[in-house]
Formats: sequence, C-alpha cells, structure tokens
Amino acid sequence: MAEKKLRQIAIYGKGGIGKSTTTQNTVAGLASLGKKVLIIGCDPKADSTRLILHAKAQDTVMDKVRELGTVEDLELEDVCRRGYGDVMCVESGGPEPGVGCAGRGVITAINFLEEEGAYTPDLDYVFYDVLGDVVCGGFAMPIRENKAQEIYIVVSGEMMAMYAANNISKGIVKYASSGSVRLAGLICNSRNTDREADLITALAERLGTQMIHFVPRDNQVQRAELRRMTVIEYSPEHKQAQEYRTLAQKIVDNELFVVPTPLEMEELEDLLMEFGIMEAEDETIVGVAEGA
Amino acid sequence: MSEAAVAPKKVTEHSPEEIERVKNWINTEEYKEKNFERTALVVNPAHACQPLGAQMVATSFEGALPFVHGSQGCASYFRSTFSRHYREPSAATCDAMTEDGAVFGGQNNLFEGLTNAYALYKPKMIPVYTTCMPEVIGDDLTAFIKNAKLEGHLPEDVLTPYANTPSFNGTHIHGYDAMLKSILATLTEGQSVEGKCTGKLNLIPGFDGNVGNLREYKRICELMGIPYTMLADSSDVFDSGCDGEYKLYPGGTKLEDAAESINGKATISLMKYSSVTTMKLVEAEFTGEKAIMPMPFGIKKTDDFIMKLSELFNKPVPEALKKERALAVDAMTDAHQYLHGKKFAVVGDPDYLFGIVSFLLEMGAIPHHVLCSRATKKFKKEMDALLETSPFGAGCTTYYNKDLWHMRSLLVTDPVDGIIGDTHAKWAARDAKIPLFRIGFPIIDRVNLHRSPVVGYQGTINMISMIANKFLDIVDETCEDQWFEMMR
Repeated sequence: MAEKKLRQIAIYGKGGIGKSTTTQNTVAGLASLGKKVLIIGCDPKADSTRLILHAKAQDTVMDKVRELGTVEDLELEDVCRRGYGDVMCVESGGPEPGVGCAGRGVITAINFLEEEGAYTPDLDYVFYDVLGDVVCGGFAMPIRENKAQEIYIVVSGEMMAMYAANNISKGIVKYASSGSVRLAGLICNSRNTDREADLITALAERLGTQMIHFVPRDNQVQRAELRRMTVIEYSPEHKQAQEYRTLAQKIVDNELFVVPTPLEMEELEDLLMEFGIMEAEDETIVGVAEGA
Repeated sequence: MSEAAVAPKKVTEHSPEEIERVKNWINTEEYKEKNFERTALVVNPAHACQPLGAQMVATSFEGALPFVHGSQGCASYFRSTFSRHYREPSAATCDAMTEDGAVFGGQNNLFEGLTNAYALYKPKMIPVYTTCMPEVIGDDLTAFIKNAKLEGHLPEDVLTPYANTPSFNGTHIHGYDAMLKSILATLTEGQSVEGKCTGKLNLIPGFDGNVGNLREYKRICELMGIPYTMLADSSDVFDSGCDGEYKLYPGGTKLEDAAESINGKATISLMKYSSVTTMKLVEAEFTGEKAIMPMPFGIKKTDDFIMKLSELFNKPVPEALKKERALAVDAMTDAHQYLHGKKFAVVGDPDYLFGIVSFLLEMGAIPHHVLCSRATKKFKKEMDALLETSPFGAGCTTYYNKDLWHMRSLLVTDPVDGIIGDTHAKWAARDAKIPLFRIGFPIIDRVNLHRSPVVGYQGTINMISMIANKFLDIVDETCEDQWFEMMR
C-alpha cells in the first residue's frame, strides 16, 4: 500500500459565518467516508469540536497549561479527545478576553502538538479551524511552511463576508510566495441572499479559484446543534447531511490549488454593485447635513 | 562635608529591631515552608534563556556570524554575558526590532539586517535565532529567510540556518540544542554518501562554558589517535590569544568538517539534556554508531568515555592516559579526608549536575541538596537513581524548578559545608557563610576558571585541588591559634 499522504487544511472566513459548524459537518462527512481526521481549533472561543464531541466545551491546551503552570508537563492525552467517527479533537484555547496573547496561544498549542506527536501516521486529514480575522502572526501559524497547504474560505453572499474572503486571499498570497500554501476554494454557506451562488461563483472566478460547494441553508443544522451533534450524525438520511457528504467528497477529489488573485477594493465594489449587494455611492451628498 | 552628606541613603523605614526580626525570620523553617509554597515568582534562577544558548552554537563555526532576530537589548545581554564569562569579545549582530516591528512584523528588519551584516562582515554562515518579541507576534522565520534570498537581500549561497528560540520557553540548553540541530541539518543536507565513512568521531560537547573541558576532550582523542570533529567547537572562539590583532572569526568547527560529519564513524553526545533534538537528527540521518554519554566527571565516567572511544575505534588505551588515571586516583586518595563525609549543595544545568554529583559520590562526599532551576520529572527520576547508587547519596534530595532563593532556605535550615554552582549562587553562599566552588555558567566574578577543565582525569585532579584547598584555607583562617598547624 502506498504511504498515506497527510493533507492539512485550514478553514478561514469572517467571524460568525459558520466556519466551525461547516468544518465539523464536513469532517463528519469525511469520517463517514472512512477518513481519519484531526481537528485543531485555533480560536480562543474553543467551539470547533463541540458537535463532534457532544461536549459543551473541551478542555483546551491553554486551559491545561493554565492549570499546570507550564506547557512542559502537559501530555497529549490531557487535551486530545476522540469523537464521532473516530475524529480526534484538540482545542488550542487561549487567554481570558482582554489579557495576554491569543495568537501566541495558537503557536504554543501547535508546537506542542507537533512535539508530542499528535500528527500520527494513520491520519488522512488535519483541519485547522481558525479565528475569523487573521489579526496577527499567531493566527497565521496554521498556514506556515509544513503546516496547512490547502485553505478553504467559508463565505456567504453578504458584503462583509466577501470583503473578508478577499482580505484572507491577500494574506494567502503573502504566504504562498515563500511557501506551498494554496487557496483550494470558497465554501458558500448560504444566507439565502439574492443570486448568492452566482455571486460567489463570480467572486471565486475573480480570485482564480472555485466555489467548491454551495451549502444551502437548512434549519436541520440548528436542530442537530441543539443536541450538540453534526447533521451527519443526527440525521444521516436528511438531505442536508448529503450536502456535507458531497462537500467532503469534493474536498477529497479537489485538485485545484491556486495562488489567489485578490481584487482591488474598487473591483470588489463593482462586483457587489453588479449583483445589487451594494448601491453606487452618491459622492455629492457625503458630509452634507440633513436640511443643509 | 557634613555627616549627613556621606551617610548612606536609607533603604527602609523599618526600625532596626524590625529589620533584625525579619533577618532572623527568613532563616527559619517556617519561612522555608512559605518559600517552597511560592509558585508565581522566581528569584534568582540558575539558568539563562534559549537565544543565549543558540548564540554559543551560532558563534562556534568557522566564519559564522550570529544574527539575533528581535530586540537589541536581548542581543546585548547575550554578548555581555559571554564577554564577562570568557573575558573575550563576543561578536553578534541583531536586526533591532522596535515598536513598529512589533506591530508590522519583523520581516523588513530581517531583510535590512541581513543585507548589512553580510556587506560589513562577509560571513560564510549567518545562523539566525529569535528573542521573545518576534515569537510572540508570530513572525514566520521560514518564510522571512526564504523571502530575503528570493528578493535579493542576501546572496543565495550564504548559509542561513535558523532556530525559533523564545526566551520564555526552556533554557539556554534548549536554545543550544535547537540551533545546533538547525546548523547540522543545513550543513549536512545532501552530503550523505552511501558507503562513505570519514573514519572520524563527531563529538558533541553540549552547552559548556568551560573551554578547558572542550580542549580536554580533544586532547584525549588525540592521545588515543582518534580523528574527530567537535560539534560545535567554541574553544578558540571564546579563548583566543592576545597577539595584538583582532580577529572577527577566531576559530570554530570547520564548515566542511561539519558537513562531512553525516558520514562519520561514530557520534557521541556528552550532554544528553542539551542535545535531545540534535541527537534525533543524528539518529535519523547520520551513519555510524551513536552514543549519548554523561559528562566524564570523576574516574568512573571518564573510564566509561575512554572505554567507549576504545571500543568504537578499536584503539587501545594509551599508556599516557593510564598514567593520568593513576595520578587522578592518587590525588583522590591523597585528598580524600578533606572531602569524605563533607556535605554539598549543587546547582546547575542537568548534565553538569549529573557529573558533579557522580564525582562527589566517588569522593565519599554527600550531594545533600541537588537543585536544577529548570527541569522535568524525568530529570529528578534520573538524578534520584544516580543518588541511589551510593550510600553517600542516601538522604540527599533533588529539587527541580526551584531557584536560588529556595536554595538559600535549604542552606540556612539544613546546612552543608559548601555549594557548587555558577556565580549566581554567591548570594546564597554568602548568607549561609559557606564557600562557593565555581563550576558552571556563567562565572563572571573570578578569572581563568573557564580554562581549567573539570572533566577527564585532569579535571578530576583540578576539582579535588579546588575544593580541598578551599576547605584547608578556611581551617587556617578560622582556627584558634593553638590549632594553627604547619601541616594539614
């Protein structure tokens, strides 16, 4: 048997877009296809694994470090949990809001996982579910050399989500110039906006990539979440479960990895106007008070 | 001048009685217990930080210019520590990240720094290592260095091994290890030749501030007729003669020798704890035998080292070494009454501690308090196992992740006759009114000790002289007149 090649995938996207939900459902889809997956939550909120583990909150690497006072005495078993479909789960966690450095927390956690051998040879995929905005170098840790090579951006037809996707693409260009990280596609997590699929397909084309899948909006996802489950596990026969399995299969088969071509701000605005998301601004009224 | 003008500035508002009370209280068992409950604060630890260790390696190769990616003050600290310890210049460069670097990332600093460092000093190799700041903000050294060459800030053929060495993690020995591994990986890349053997020994001395030790290892190899490459050789870098001419690159391991080390006949590390990841690389990539041995302190460990060399290279132990061994045993016998049964406290790096404790046990001395200010449970387990090999180790305690303020409490509540460690231990020694035997790093308040080996048979004799004579000095200085003797 040929040696398995580990694929490392990072999921980025605007905060609140549904990265963690999409990631976990997709990973559950991969697991149902027989793939071995490790999820690493790289977000101080630590909600990247709850649907897989049926847990309120997993003990994070940083929780344990806080408890022990040092990362040196931490062991893999303390922070690595097995969930649905034998998916392995780790949350990096982070400091309390308003103190410390969450970015360094991500670096510390990933270094720890590497040193302790969390990347076992039986793994097919590692998924990094990363905080919405790549606010500092720490949150770019997952796309450094020898880490994730494929990036998927979760996006919807809303303006800010698309801005974020374009910005993330700019970040990828920076890392792609010296390393092997590539944009692998946009995942449209539908918000039922007008002509959403067309818009995201158009954005994907401009970025030089693809809309790998359009995930329709379905309340079944929320129903499953109430039980802290993925749709795949909660209702495997449901049509939404099939959507995630399809997405999973598309990721398995994906071979389109590109250095993205981010849009200039004007280009992006033109695109948004073309699809009626944004209206042309009337510069003559800017700064003019009511009744003036 | 009036008396008021020359009176020392008052440092406290407390009454003399209160000061006296606290002074006595900090020597009590009660205070010791409180002191050992302390978790958040470290007072006078016996270790330095990762980049300092990285710099020792970075400077120990031919034509290598150490390059600190990070803050200027950190770079000055490493340089001044080495200069104070060795009393030699310590060349290193730094890209001096400031506030804007912290905000925008340090890539531009690195670019400009590498360009300048290369233009000014024409090094063959620029090992890069980091301070805390770029580590906290998540600078990606791999990408930055690649970009520096891609964008033409540095010629492609200048070697740039690099290591992430955040100061807030591990100690100098871990930085030493990370940098050495990176340099060896860089130099040996693509050099492995199937079936080729240089016939040489690769010797990894580990983080050792004693150039005398390094020269002792080399002398032993030469006496045995074993060709060797020392990885990395700091001896001429940090101990060069004064001939009126300043040399920017005074020595170090030859780059071609280091490159060839991958095809060596054998590799020995003499410091397990400061070569963990380096030895992983050696295990995976290098040919020949591999061995991790304790530092050869005392007779037994020196015997082990020499027998290992003899076995690996099929060479007999030369008469000269046999004679040295006999002299060392003679010196031990001559002086045993001055060390036997004496109690010691020992502080330092893990590998040094194993060596010193082993020597003390051989002398019938008692390593009563053994303290490492940064170590793991595994270290304690191994140290306890060593203590159990001798009746003189009974009742001795190993402390780890404790500092020299803890040590002070130990010394005043459970006294010993002397303490062995680096200069940091001088306050604890002074408060406990016991002599400090300076072995380790840094030693910045005495001269020449870094030239006097403490390993091998010769080092064993030096250790005995240093310790026994000091105890005899104390007897002469403190005894009553009727006991002041010509002979001791």
